[in-house]
Amino acid sequence: MQSDPKSKRSIGWMGLARGHKARPVEWISEKLIFLVSLSAIVTVFLIFVFVAREAFPIVFGTVNNQVTQKVIPAADFDKLSPEELQHYLGLSPSEFAQKSKDTLTLLMELKEEAAKEATKDKDAAVNTVSWRYILKPYQWSDYDKPEYIWQPVSQISKFNIVPLLIGSLKVTIIALLFSVPLALGAAIYVSQLAKPRVKEIVKPAIELLSGIPSVVLGFFGLIIMASVLQSLFGYQSRLNAFVAGIALGLAVIPVVFSIAEDALTSVPRSYVQAALALGSTRWEAAWKVVLPAAIPGVFAAVVLGFGRAVGETMVVLMASGNASIMSGNLFDSARTITATIAAEMAEAVAGGPHYRMLFLIGALLFVITFMSNLAGDLVMHRLKGRLEGRR
Amino acid sequence: MVTMTQQLPQAEVPFDVRTKHFHWDSFFFAGLTGAATYLILAILGVILGVVIFNGWSSFTWRFLTGGTERDIFSVENAGIYPMIIGTTARVILMTLFVVPVGVVTAVYLTEYAHSTSVFTRIIRGAVNNLAGVPSIVFGLFGAGFFISFVGHGMDSVLHPGDARGVWGRPAIIWASMTLAVMTLPVVIVATEEALRVIPQGLREASLALGATKLETIIKIVLPQALPGILTGAILAVGRAAGEVAPILFTGAAYYMRSLPHSVTDQFMDLGYHVYTLSTQSPNIEKTRPILYATVLALLALTLTLNIVAIVIRSRMRAKMRLL
Amino acid sequence: MKTLKHIAILTAALAVATTAQAGTITVKGSDTMVILAQKWAETYMGQSPNVKIQVTGGGSGVGLAALQSGQIDIADSSRPIKATEVENCVKTFGKRPREYKVAVDGLSVYVNNNNPVKALTMEQLNGIFTGKIKNWKEVGGNDMQILVYSRENSSGTYEFFKEHVLKGKDFVASAQTMQGTAALLQAVEKDKSGIGYGGAAYGGGARAVGVKKDAASPAIEPSEATVVGATYPIWRYLYIYLNPDSDKGDIAAYINWIRSDAGQKVVKEIGYYPLPDKLREKQ
Repeated sequence: MQSDPKSKRSIGWMGLARGHKARPVEWISEKLIFLVSLSAIVTVFLIFVFVAREAFPIVFGTVNNQVTQKVIPAADFDKLSPEELQHYLGLSPSEFAQKSKDTLTLLMELKEEAAKEATKDKDAAVNTVSWRYILKPYQWSDYDKPEYIWQPVSQISKFNIVPLLIGSLKVTIIALLFSVPLALGAAIYVSQLAKPRVKEIVKPAIELLSGIPSVVLGFFGLIIMASVLQSLFGYQSRLNAFVAGIALGLAVIPVVFSIAEDALTSVPRSYVQAALALGSTRWEAAWKVVLPAAIPGVFAAVVLGFGRAVGETMVVLMASGNASIMSGNLFDSARTITATIAAEMAEAVAGGPHYRMLFLIGALLFVITFMSNLAGDLVMHRLKGRLEGRR
Repeated sequence: MVTMTQQLPQAEVPFDVRTKHFHWDSFFFAGLTGAATYLILAILGVILGVVIFNGWSSFTWRFLTGGTERDIFSVENAGIYPMIIGTTARVILMTLFVVPVGVVTAVYLTEYAHSTSVFTRIIRGAVNNLAGVPSIVFGLFGAGFFISFVGHGMDSVLHPGDARGVWGRPAIIWASMTLAVMTLPVVIVATEEALRVIPQGLREASLALGATKLETIIKIVLPQALPGILTGAILAVGRAAGEVAPILFTGAAYYMRSLPHSVTDQFMDLGYHVYTLSTQSPNIEKTRPILYATVLALLALTLTLNIVAIVIRSRMRAKMRLL
Repeated sequence: MKTLKHIAILTAALAVATTAQAGTITVKGSDTMVILAQKWAETYMGQSPNVKIQVTGGGSGVGLAALQSGQIDIADSSRPIKATEVENCVKTFGKRPREYKVAVDGLSVYVNNNNPVKALTMEQLNGIFTGKIKNWKEVGGNDMQILVYSRENSSGTYEFFKEHVLKGKDFVASAQTMQGTAALLQAVEKDKSGIGYGGAAYGGGARAVGVKKDAASPAIEPSEATVVGATYPIWRYLYIYLNPDSDKGDIAAYINWIRSDAGQKVVKEIGYYPLPDKLREKQ
């Protein structure tokens, strides 16, 4: 489609080459265009860096949120050297130099008060943001058995992310089970069977579904679908993974549909013609010839649909009930990674362990979707190559 | 791409004209896939129907222009004017950031880059990946990068004495920039598509007449691609207008007494208002009509934008087919 | 570097002082109190037009963190300040922050209108919300599983209930979390086996149960008399905190007004309970 791209460029440094008209403006704008075109790469990189940056201290285990601390009574003020005192109070040298003796004594008294306030819980000395407590079950005081617990606001904050992973997985699976068959059916119908006139209306109409903001789907799930589905299925809790999954499915349908439809349409017509000429029915042609030819595209559609489902926030925040339970029951409530970030971020004090945990699960989410997108893209690329005769 | 021009007559009827046989399997299959299609359309219809039916009576001029008085959660004073202003302002700001960057990137990819080079593939991969990043991660990114890094950095340079800060807080500009990052792929992809369909002959003619590469792009290529760029911009606006997750921590306010009058102010937002009304309203039963009317306004906005984009795009594609 | 920091701190102090002089009071903190603080600000600005008050939410912890770094004048808090937070305040401005009680809040426990259970003891509530009691028949109701509704853990109401009723223990993991009291009430209203908690300001389709201190004491329904009189067991003060040095001029006048009869009238309008007479400011 394009002629040799090199011939289109300006020549020489700053466009100043012998035997050619000098074109510094051309040269500079070329470089600028090139720099701007890096924006996408830079952004993806920055997103990862800046989300991960806040989570790094947890990843490398340099955060300690132990509740208990050694306490020195204020009466012992004079026994401490200035260095010990500065370290004990957690002050920088310049801060320490500014403080009067009264202030320092007051700070020591406050340490004692804090120690009195602190819980006598047996787990008070546990650093709950270390990996062992983030991933494995632990028997906290007041619990009968080792459990996976996400309770970030508590005397002893518990940050086990397994219930959140289960919640995300549960909702995503329901969403895919609901949306993929529907979207694939519609894609086959629109690409293979519908008359052109029907197709012209139906295709944009389904794509219009992607124009509905997710907050509206969440609203629809919360206010209307929750009650309707509960009266249909008669389960106990009104808001649950099932309701959220179905509402989420509505957001996934247009994604799966348009990619799958594209893939099916790009299978050369001659395949169908050949199949029909050999005596197969339209059903056989679509099912046994077109679908297998387009199967990588269909796979990509499902993978990208998965990425969309696992990353969607507002729908699950509003319709899932947000209980962080370890339960396989689809009709139980679920708390997803995305909803957790959205609900808890506002109150988390910047730089604190809770704040960092939220960035950690955000980075995890980024990695999951990055992987699924990459997989989807690679497969799509191969499909295009195959259908265009490159292999 | 391959089949664009090969439109075959298609049959919905499971009836083979030549053999005069009725195929039950085809009938069943067409019925099943057709049912899936129309079920999706029915769901779409139900959502729109429910919202319009319940929201219509409260969807008045008074409602659209009101809401600047106190106590906007009471039914009498309800109005969404501040939210409409907030949402409009943030998408306009976003457009200013995203369209130039997106268009220039697309120009690089189609006009300058070797289409097969590894580097081009990396850019494309990055664009595709950006399109798949969850919106809440953009929210975290906005909070971590724009507010704490850029904003605090600006404060320590521009307002070193002010502990309160000016830039290092959630604000409409950071929300817009976060959304601009999010919608970048939309603009790039749409512009690229438009640039690709411009016949190579046009460029060659321009170059042959002595125009430089840059002149050709600015005077010949971009004007031709304008509908495509417009489609991209509208799709981006349509996507961004309804997004809530990225602005949760970057600028949206639960309630503000005044409209935003600077880029460092927070703002009220239509989508966020739908969220607060459905989950945090002081009285759910009483505010339900307002909720439906707000949803109706939001849907009207986003769906109109999407329909306009679809229409422009299909006209553009029809033109392309003729070329 | 050192001098730079000193200059920064000095200018910060100056900037805060000048803005305070210009008549802008910045308030930040508890989401529970944000509507109340907003209403106070509006009413006060209505009568003293030269004062500008800016209110934002974010949560008690966020407000107190902002007070520690000198970003705001007044921090709203729905819980007493923690010793570690006082410590940080002392580090920045050398004094303990000054505390004012500004209102009383009582939490009601809601059940579905059709639930025959009329009263629960504090111990039973503890059992229900921590998951030790799983069926309504264990507390004298019908034989059905209890469905617990809670609030998002970012809300002050959540922390308060956890502290007072659960004695610091964790909510049962299956508790569904709602973003607002109204949403919670609506859920309990639709759910025959539901139980939840929230500000007494609300009401509607669900019913508040009486609460007994222990099995022997009488069941007490939440009302102004029982909450302010402290016979109803689940109540708390709402606080504001500030740097004692800035407790003068406009800010002091504003706080006095909040604690006067006029300010306490607003408290009642919003649905919280006014301070008992002995704690009020006489104007």
